[in-house]
Amino acid sequence: MTTAVHALAHLKVRGLGHKFALQTILEDIDLDVTSGEVVALVGPSGCGKTTLLHLCAGLMPVRTGQIISSFNNPACMFQQPRLLPWKSTLDNIALGLKAAGIGRDERICRARMLGLQTGLAHEDLGKFPHQLSGGMQSRVALARALAIMPDLLLLDEPFSALDIGLKIELYGLLLHHLKIGSLGVLMITHDLMEAIRLSDTILVMAPSPGRIVHRFRIDLPAMQRDDAFVYRMTAELLQDSRVRTSFGLTPTEYEPLARQALPC
Amino acid sequence: MILLRNGLKSFLTYLWSGWGAIASLMLFLAVWESAGLYYGELILPNPRITFQTLAGLIADGSAWQELTITARRALIGFGAALVAGSTLGLIAGLSMTASMMSRPIVTVLIGTPPIAWLVLALLWFGNGDGTPIFTVFVACMPVVFVGAMQGARTLDGQLGDVATAYRLPPLMRFTDIVLPHVVSYLFPAWITALGISWKVVVMAELLASSDGVGAALAVSRSHLDTAATLAWITAVVGLLLAVEYLLLEPIKREIERWRVAV
Repeated sequence: MTTAVHALAHLKVRGLGHKFALQTILEDIDLDVTSGEVVALVGPSGCGKTTLLHLCAGLMPVRTGQIISSFNNPACMFQQPRLLPWKSTLDNIALGLKAAGIGRDERICRARMLGLQTGLAHEDLGKFPHQLSGGMQSRVALARALAIMPDLLLLDEPFSALDIGLKIELYGLLLHHLKIGSLGVLMITHDLMEAIRLSDTILVMAPSPGRIVHRFRIDLPAMQRDDAFVYRMTAELLQDSRVRTSFGLTPTEYEPLARQALPC
Repeated sequence: MILLRNGLKSFLTYLWSGWGAIASLMLFLAVWESAGLYYGELILPNPRITFQTLAGLIADGSAWQELTITARRALIGFGAALVAGSTLGLIAGLSMTASMMSRPIVTVLIGTPPIAWLVLALLWFGNGDGTPIFTVFVACMPVVFVGAMQGARTLDGQLGDVATAYRLPPLMRFTDIVLPHVVSYLFPAWITALGISWKVVVMAELLASSDGVGAALAVSRSHLDTAATLAWITAVVGLLLAVEYLLLEPIKREIERWRVAV
């Protein structure tokens, strides 16, 4: 198994571009993720976020630009749970551990621990994916990613299928894992509030071609951000003209609300 | 241990669910018996006489002897079809061009009646084992081929990404991602092919061989021995039902437990 790396690991993306046939999906993307840091990619649907994440995960060949990573145990959580339908919950969570050659007893023990941590009930652990609800499947997928004790987590809208209570619970779990290990996270989200709650850097992307139009840093540590802070920052971010154009909002539509939100 | 206990439990539940099937078989026997009473013993011997004749055939050893010969032919043809059909089907399924090219050929093979193959086989192989084995092979192969090809064609690319992202070694990728999916298509095709092989082999023997159940049927027909004919039919059908419902169906249920809601 990989031990905690003391030197900071980096993911460096420089001048990355990608095309499907003649259509340019991504153009000139630069981004950095350092261990211990959460970077969020926000942007409208179809702006190439998932493609960018898949390129970082090594699921597609890089044709333009470069991706240099010194992380040695990345884990990926996809937009859909993508569980193996013929494996039980426990075996699904333990998939990466089995691939790493860890013995059955140990991997099942670790999978059980993580399954319970992500809020699954004891009786769910022996079920097959088709017997679980969508939210439970997402939790299994998150547990599968965390099970290999990754140093880099690539998350593609990990919490979009969950209700608000469960979201908060899993944010806590993610932040806990961030605290105990020097974990780097690159996450895609549609949800600005989620990005503000969890991340240190927010990259705003705009479509056709997909590019980063705005970088936004939050210096307050994630553990110290309360609801009021999240609401205020969201309102502030939504006032930014680059964010508004990226999401296709007209310049005035939201302004009165944002002004009201500002003083509190 | 838990797995074994669960397996045993589901097998017993499965056997218990057989009461419904047994009840309907009993109803069938009752209809048979009443039809026998109406038409008389020469036309339709009743179930009791049929089973007595069968018991006699088993007691004098001829039943097992002929059934062994027939089973051997069916299994050789079926086994060859299984190996060839699965391998070729998987290869065809992995390539778009190959699967598009093979589809019309498979349709031709499935559409050709087994009796036509039998006539050709008689011309090529004569009266030996070759004729029934070849006919069985040719009747079963396309069915297995189509199952394997569909299994390989429908492999989920998204799960392939999961395998890459979690760095599955090649062997594990095959055993944990590819195989379970393909088997869920192959296994039903194998079961169908086994049924076909058993039917086709009897037909082939009836017309082309001097031994085996089919030949025994031909002899009983020429003696106008309806009871023996029905006894042989019962033996063939009973054996197929036993293999399918006591062996293959439980295996299928066990390996496809992930598919159905328990």
